[in-house]
Parts: sequence; C-alpha cells; structure tokens
Amino acid sequence: MRPFSYQRASDPDMAVRALAAGAANDPLTKAAAQPLAGGTALIDLMKLDVMRPAAIVDINPLAHAWSAIEPGGGSLRLGALARMSDVAAHAEIQRSYPVIADSLKLAASAQLRNMATLGGNVMQRTRCNYFRDVSYENCNKRNPGSGCAAMDGVNRMHAVLGVSDQCIATYPGDFAQALIALDAVVEITGKAGTRGIPFAQLHKAPGSTPEIETTLQPGELISAFSIQGRWPRSVYLKARDRQSYEFALSSAAIALDVQDGTIRDARVALGGVATVPWRAREAEALLKGQKFDEALARRVADAAFADARGRRHNSFKIGLGRRVVARALQQAATMEI
Amino acid sequence: MTAAALEPKANMGQPVPRYDAAAKVTGRATYASDMPLDNPAYAFLVTSAIAKGRIDRFDLDDARGVRGVIDIITHENAPKLKETKLFSNGGYAGTTIQPLKSAEIAHDGQIIAVVIAESYEAAREAANRVKVSYTATAPSASFESPGTTTAAAKGQNAQFKEDPEVGDFAKAFDAAEVKLTASYDTPTQHHNPMELFTTSCVWMGDNLVIYEGSQYVYGLKNGVAEQLGIDADKVRVVNPYVGGGFGSRGSMTPRTAIIAGIAKRLSRPVKLVPTRDQGFTIATYRAETRHEIKLGASRDGKLVALRHEGAEISSRPDAYCVGGTKTTTRLYACPNVESLVSIVRADRNTPGFMRSPPEVPYLFALESAMDELAVKLNMDPVELRRINDTTTEPIGGKPYTSRSLMACFDEAAKAFGWSQRTPQARSMSDGDWLVGYGCAATCYPTQMAPSAARVRLQRDGRTRVEIAGHEIGTGAYTVIAQTAAERLGVPLEKVAVFIGDSDLPPAPVAGGSNSTASTCSVVMMVCDQIRQRLFKAVRPSDSLADKAKETVGISPAPSTQATKGDRPLDIEKAFDALGVGVVEEYGEWKPEGAPLDSFKALHAGQPRFVGGHQMKDKIAYAFGAEFVEVRINRFTHEIRCPRLVGAFAAGRIMNPRTARSQLMGGLIWGMSSALLEATEIDERNARYVNDNLADYLVPVNADVPGVEVIMLSEQDDHINPVGAKGLGELANVGTNAAICNAIYHATGQRIRKLPVRLENIEV
Repeated sequence: MRPFSYQRASDPDMAVRALAAGAANDPLTKAAAQPLAGGTALIDLMKLDVMRPAAIVDINPLAHAWSAIEPGGGSLRLGALARMSDVAAHAEIQRSYPVIADSLKLAASAQLRNMATLGGNVMQRTRCNYFRDVSYENCNKRNPGSGCAAMDGVNRMHAVLGVSDQCIATYPGDFAQALIALDAVVEITGKAGTRGIPFAQLHKAPGSTPEIETTLQPGELISAFSIQGRWPRSVYLKARDRQSYEFALSSAAIALDVQDGTIRDARVALGGVATVPWRAREAEALLKGQKFDEALARRVADAAFADARGRRHNSFKIGLGRRVVARALQQAATMEI
Repeated sequence: MTAAALEPKANMGQPVPRYDAAAKVTGRATYASDMPLDNPAYAFLVTSAIAKGRIDRFDLDDARGVRGVIDIITHENAPKLKETKLFSNGGYAGTTIQPLKSAEIAHDGQIIAVVIAESYEAAREAANRVKVSYTATAPSASFESPGTTTAAAKGQNAQFKEDPEVGDFAKAFDAAEVKLTASYDTPTQHHNPMELFTTSCVWMGDNLVIYEGSQYVYGLKNGVAEQLGIDADKVRVVNPYVGGGFGSRGSMTPRTAIIAGIAKRLSRPVKLVPTRDQGFTIATYRAETRHEIKLGASRDGKLVALRHEGAEISSRPDAYCVGGTKTTTRLYACPNVESLVSIVRADRNTPGFMRSPPEVPYLFALESAMDELAVKLNMDPVELRRINDTTTEPIGGKPYTSRSLMACFDEAAKAFGWSQRTPQARSMSDGDWLVGYGCAATCYPTQMAPSAARVRLQRDGRTRVEIAGHEIGTGAYTVIAQTAAERLGVPLEKVAVFIGDSDLPPAPVAGGSNSTASTCSVVMMVCDQIRQRLFKAVRPSDSLADKAKETVGISPAPSTQATKGDRPLDIEKAFDALGVGVVEEYGEWKPEGAPLDSFKALHAGQPRFVGGHQMKDKIAYAFGAEFVEVRINRFTHEIRCPRLVGAFAAGRIMNPRTARSQLMGGLIWGMSSALLEATEIDERNARYVNDNLADYLVPVNADVPGVEVIMLSEQDDHINPVGAKGLGELANVGTNAAICNAIYHATGQRIRKLPVRLENIEV
C-alpha cells in the first residue's frame, strides 16, 4: 500500500469535487482519487498494489441520503450506499424482486454483505489472478499493451462471453446480473447534477481497451438504481465450487412475465461467464410469445451461449452455462407466485 | 453432529475442556507475532517473479526513497550464513535452497530481497517499489513439463530405505482371476495455517531469542545456531501457541536465519510478517503425485497380487519424498506385493510434510482401487476389506499390535446407514440431486520419539510441568495437564503446563502424530519419579519402585483409580520427611527400540522416531473407517458432501473432546482435499497462480453440515506407556477415496484425479 490522503465527503458536491480534482485523461480505475464505500474491494486492491490512488474520498457520510430502499407504486429505487445485507433481507424485495434478493444473498459472505454497498458491488473489479498479482507484467487491464497472461495461462475462472484478444477477465459480481436483467436505470451524480443511464450502458466490454471498465468519468458517483415494474417471477441461480462465499462459475438471472401460460416478457442475464454483466437478448427473443417447455429452455440456453469462446481450462463453462440457464428458466416458469 | 464432549468409553480419559480455551476465545493467547518487542524494525520480503534464471540487477532508488526505510538486503549485502542440510540428511532444514546467497533463482517466489524499515507500512511500500531485472530461463513446472529428471527414491532419500515387496507379483498378477490396473493423480496443496510464517528475532548480547510459530523448537534452535555459526545454547525459540502447523512448521525455513542475521547487524529487534501468497513459496507444500495400482484377486475377493507405483515431485537439489508404499503394501493380506517410488525433479520449491504426508496420496490410490475391485467383483466394498483384513502385515510378517479396522467399518456403517444403500451405481437420487454413498479405510502409523520433561510438585498440590512440546491447536496443554493430574493424583486445576519454549526440556517435533504418545509418556514417567521420592521418604522399607507404580493418588482425597487396599500417601508427611518445600524431577524417556544416540539427538533437535512398520517384531497403526454421502446436482453438476461419518480406534483416547475435534477437522480436511484444494501451477513459468485464500478454496460451514465422529474403545499395551496411538493425521487419509467412491456410486463415473470439480462430472 502506498501513502494516500483521506477525506470524508460532507455532501455530494464535495465528494464530486474531490473525486474530480486532479483527474487527467486516466480511466476511472486509475484516477488519482477513488471513492471509499464498504471498502471490501478497494482496500484489497490497494494492499495488493494494484490500485494506487493518491486520495481516498470516504462517501459513507452520504449514506443518510443515498441508502434508502424504496419499493412501492410498481417500481423500486435503491440507494447506492444501501448495504447488500439490508437489501437482501428486505421483505418486499424478496416478494417482488426475488432475483435481486437472491443475487445479493448468494454473494460473498455475511460479513462482506454487511459492509459492502450496492454501488461498490456493481463496480467491483475482476478476480483474474494475473490482474491481481502485480508480479505479472503482462496484463492489458493493469498495463495497457502489455499482453494477457491469462489467455494461455490458468484460466478456469475466466470468461467465455464478451471476450477480446486483449482480455478474458470475468466480471465477478452477482447483483449486476439482476440489475441488467430488470433494465435498471443507474442514477449518476456528477458536476452537472444527476443523470440516468440504462444499467446496460454502465460497463464496457474489454475490446481493445480493457483498462476502461465503465462509462463513468472521474468525479462521477453512482447514487441510486431504479427499476420499473414488479418482477415476482424471477430467480437467480448460481453454480459454484463451494456452498457459500464463492464466486459464480456460472449464474443466471431470469425474470419472466407470464400471462395465461404465455410468456409476455422475458429477461435472461448471465454471470460468471462474461467480461461484463451480460444480457442474452437473442435468447430472450425466443421466449416472447411462447409457452414454456423444456425444449424451449434448451433452445434459449443454446442461443445464450451461441457466441461463447472457451479457452483451455474454461470451455466447460459453455455447457455448464447452458444447463444453468435452462434450469433457471424452468425454476422461474414453474415458481408459485 | 455429535456432542463436543463425548462420553468416555473404556480406556478413555475425561473430556475436560481445553486448558487454553479461555485464553484463545478471549484473545489473550499470544502467538509469535503478538510478542511485544522493544523498538523493532520491520521486515518485508521481496520474492522472485520468475522460477528459474538469475537476477541481473536491482533498481533500489525508488524503494530507498520511501521515508522510514533503513536498509534493503539483497544477495549483494546479505549476512553470510553457513550451509544447512536437509532434515532427512541429518540437518534441520526443509530446503537446501538458500536465498540471498547468489543471483541465481531456483523457484517461483524465492526470497530475493528484504526491506527493513521503521514501520510495516513503509517496508511494504518500499518492497512494492523494488525493481528487478531478470534473465529468465524456461523452467520445468511439473510432471508434464520438459526438462524434469526422474529417478527411484531409494538411494537418494536417506529416509526412504526400501521399496517393499514380497512373493512374486508378476506371476501372481498374471494368473489372477480378476485384475485391475488404474492410475491416480493428486494435486499440489498448501497448508495455509491461519498464522502466517512470521518471525521476530531479538538479540541480547550474544543471545538470540526467536519468536516464531514452530512445530519443533529444538530443531529450529539448533538449525538457526548452525546457520549462524553460534552455540545452540545461545538460541531460544519461544512460541506458547502456534496458529496451525499441519507440517508446514516442522522443519526450518530459510527466513529465520536471515532475519536473525539482519537483527544482529542492526543491533535491533526485527519483525517479519510475510503475506499469505509469500507463504506459498517461502515454506513447504504437499507435492503432486501420480500412481499406478495393479490388483489381482480371486473371484471370492482374496487379494493375490498388489503393485503400487508412485511418483512425486520435488525440487532440483532436494530429494524430498513421502513414499506411502510403506503403508499401502502392508494394509491388506496379500502374498505377492511389489512397489516402486520415484522422485521427479522440477524447478520448484522443496516440498515437505503436510498432514499425513505419505498416507493421503497413497491411500487415495489404494482405497479407490479397492472400491474399483469391489465393483468388478460385484461385492460390497466393506466385505472386500473384511475378506482381506489381517492381523499380520504381509511384507515382514509382523503382527499388528492392535487393529480395529473392521470394528470401525461396522460401527461407522451402522451409524451412517450403509444398509440403506442400493449397490447399483446411479441408483439413488433425491429431486435435483444424484445421491452416492462411499467408504474407505483410513490408517496412520503409531509413532513415538524420545522426550524429556521436568515436573515440580508443591506441598499444596500445585504442579508445574515443563516440556518443550507444541500447542498447534491439537490440545497438547490439555492432555499433558490431564496426564500429570492423573499420575500425581492432584486436581487438574492445580496443574500448570509450560510448553513451546526451547529453554524447557526437549520434546520431539510435533509431527508424525507422535506428540501425545511421546510427551505424555515422559510426563508420566517423571511423575512416577516424584511419587517414588515421596514414598521413599515415608515408607523406606517398602519395595519402593514397585509400590509407587501400583499406588495411585498422592492427594489426601482418594483417586478414582486407587485400587482396593491402597492407602493414599500423606503428602504433608512426605514433604516433612524429605524436609523440602518442593519436589522437582527431570527425566528423559525413550520408546522401546529407540537407537543408542536417542538422548544426544534429543538435545540436538534430531527426532529419533520409533513406530509404524519400523518396530522390531511388530507393526503399530491406528485405523478407522470413513463413510460419506455425496450429492451431485443433475443440472449444475455441483458436488456437495452433506454427511461425513468416521469411526476410529487409536488406543487410549486421552481426552475425547480434543480427540473428536482433531478427527472432525481431519474429516473436513479430507473432504476439502477431495473436492476443493489444489494449488494451480502455470506450466509456462512454474508459478503458483491461486496463492491466496479467496482462490485456494477450503470448506466453509455450509459445505460440512453433518460430521459425525465415533471413537471405539481400544487397548494396546504394546506401543508406549500411555497406550495412545496418534490420531492427528488419522482422519484426513481415507476421505479422498471415500468421496470418489461415493461419486462413482452416484454417477457411475470413476474419477481418479483430485480434486474433483463440477467440470469433471459427466451425467
């Protein structure tokens, strides 16, 4: 860890000013000032010398304004500083948005969920070992242009969707899959006030610039997420090596709107297999207007992974991912609501 | 789950709570890096980013510019240390690769510099700013890599003396009615004890005190003294508590003498706290192994031929080897046996002891093969073991001192509900889950080593026991206190135990599951010396030695063990007759059959083990049987293990509470080994990739909802005075095979490579 300055944000304006100060053309991940919320990812990466911010802006004092959990009136608003555990335990979220409650409950450990915030959670960075170990020179995400050690290295945990020849690092979170599935809007607070963008526009696939992970600019903060509609017929299914406290090898966030046996709307999002929170829109299209059966679930699952590209140790994720999608669809279609 | 404090059965001590329980749960227990130091300097390691090659140059300007940096030690300015020998060659070290000696790099993560600073933070920051230029050459990572060399273990490792064999394997296998040939692989694993590999060194004049978690304070003291070229009596190693050992602290690592040398140069205490990932390369590990098993049997299940060939990875300079064929060739009755162990050298750090070193990989192979043979024979796997059970080992024809293997199978089978199993593979399921039941035998050699102790008894019954044993979480304080209390007949709460300090009388390494047998045997003997002195004072005319041995209970309150007709000794009268306030005795004990140089070696930090198959005219092992239920999700192929049931017999159980805890931990670790634990190696550069506890997976509570430990009553009068067989390494041996056998039962798929992960399942 390297020395850094620490300041507490007294209000959103101050936070935004402090985070924008000194911002050059660096991507957000390399910005000189970084916001601190739960600290469960940032502090780790600083200890590992992966992130080396000169300034830390503690935004926890903004929690009184930014941590509300507001379901009702057929929509949902979640403050970015709400703790994962509080949202997961909220009765109305469990009733109307089970995919959100489960994606949070199945993430990390109880201790981490008590600390980590929703905004920080969606911004968490990849667990790629070669990214997190600075003794490897070649990481395009850390050192642009240096190559990718994971491409032909130990890549069991790596992505099969949204990959480029520059980077195959997996986006590790769970909650983001629920947000992208439900067409969440991200409320961003910056110098010019607040604006909303679709969650699907928050993360950027690696392409030729894996060091750029999101569309946020230095001086911008996520202040809230909002979702229109209720999604009681929704599930989050997560396959992993151990029963708790482990990242997904493959996960699926599914939300269905079924009326009189016909699927009116369908959402399919994938975790553990892609470089960014992943929405399988072609797969969704197969579901709309159809009646559910297992053969349809398999076709949807195949479509979701049609473009998947496996490497030496992670090709299994393609078959696994298909089975996870099919099973999650079946659970969603048959759930009692 | 069974109660923590199991009711003692015959030949078991009381399940008293741990001596150190309150200290540990309240945070008062001081581990090595908790020891307060006067104005310490802080050390942070820089480790190599290549596995083979040389350092061309360091650029230290940036690092030296960090405020608070005192010095940066590299091979160019490191304290000169003397050569050290591997423990198996009469030395103390777990590796002969001595870092900071030259620019050469022999393995990934080798120590290449030590930053010394006024604070831990400054040392770490400066270490991050050290720039190194290397010339790297292509390393050999493991079995598959070009450039490894392979040779038989026999002849290069002094502790691997024979490839056991008997009869004519080739002929018998050729003629066997039923044959099986199968290959098995086990992965690289790291111990990852909670306590990091910390070292603090403090010089007081010419005397050095080392605070370091160690499983062998006498070995470390003598080893560091040898490297520093000073008298061993000037070195003291202190660690009243050790935060987990599992073998990783059994032999000396290079860091200790380096830190001692730096502290000497600075004339200041130096404290090193390495990181978790550095622990993967600055200490030892369980090397990956490969096996081929050939079994020949008659149609009624009698083994007629057994061959076990094993290969193990080691480093270039050191022939470390676990050689588990010594156990697998002797476990079952079989007249024709052959074996061969080879060592494959790669560009790796030297492997070392890890909980049940030989038995874990080798029994995985044999007990998997036994299950495969049972399937071929269409026979219940428990019955196959029964048919081949034996009271004498087949290689030398020596009798087992006691062997409760089948009693363990029967008890565990009953508790598990084995009779509910439908034998056909893939015949049991529950909703989304395929269900499989599997079992395997477990065993571990019973070992003892010479040990010394000092015991002091006061008039009021207060007792102080001093022995340089080790509390690695096993319950050493507790069973030593129980032994002294029982033998002297004083209340347990009056006994104070001092261990983990090389200024105390020497005890052997806390390894090979010998500690309880060795330390309790010597404490018992020294307590008897005290009783003899007291009896002699009061009743000089009696046949003293005999009387003292028979009479239990010095305290006025009659001991529960006092036999009819014994009169408790009047302790006040005895002390008055002796005319002293304190009776103190020192004694040295060695197991039957220990070599002549035992006591010399004891003080020199060289354990002289007796036990297992190396006893004269007998062989001593503890046995157990393990049953598991696995569930495999039809859709995700996730593998879960909701039930682990083990039954074990290990001679006298000193304390059913601490014993249960060790056996339960062993079962859980066995499950971990079968399904989770593997250190991933990047073959291109021979580097460990998942070197942290987020990626090197161990079970969480949700993974082990049901663990049941059954301890059988067993008495063995042919092993050691306390009659105890070590059980710390007993329970994690059979689990690997039991789980793979259960996976076969659930899926019909035989998996011969560990760990088993969901991508290995094809249902």
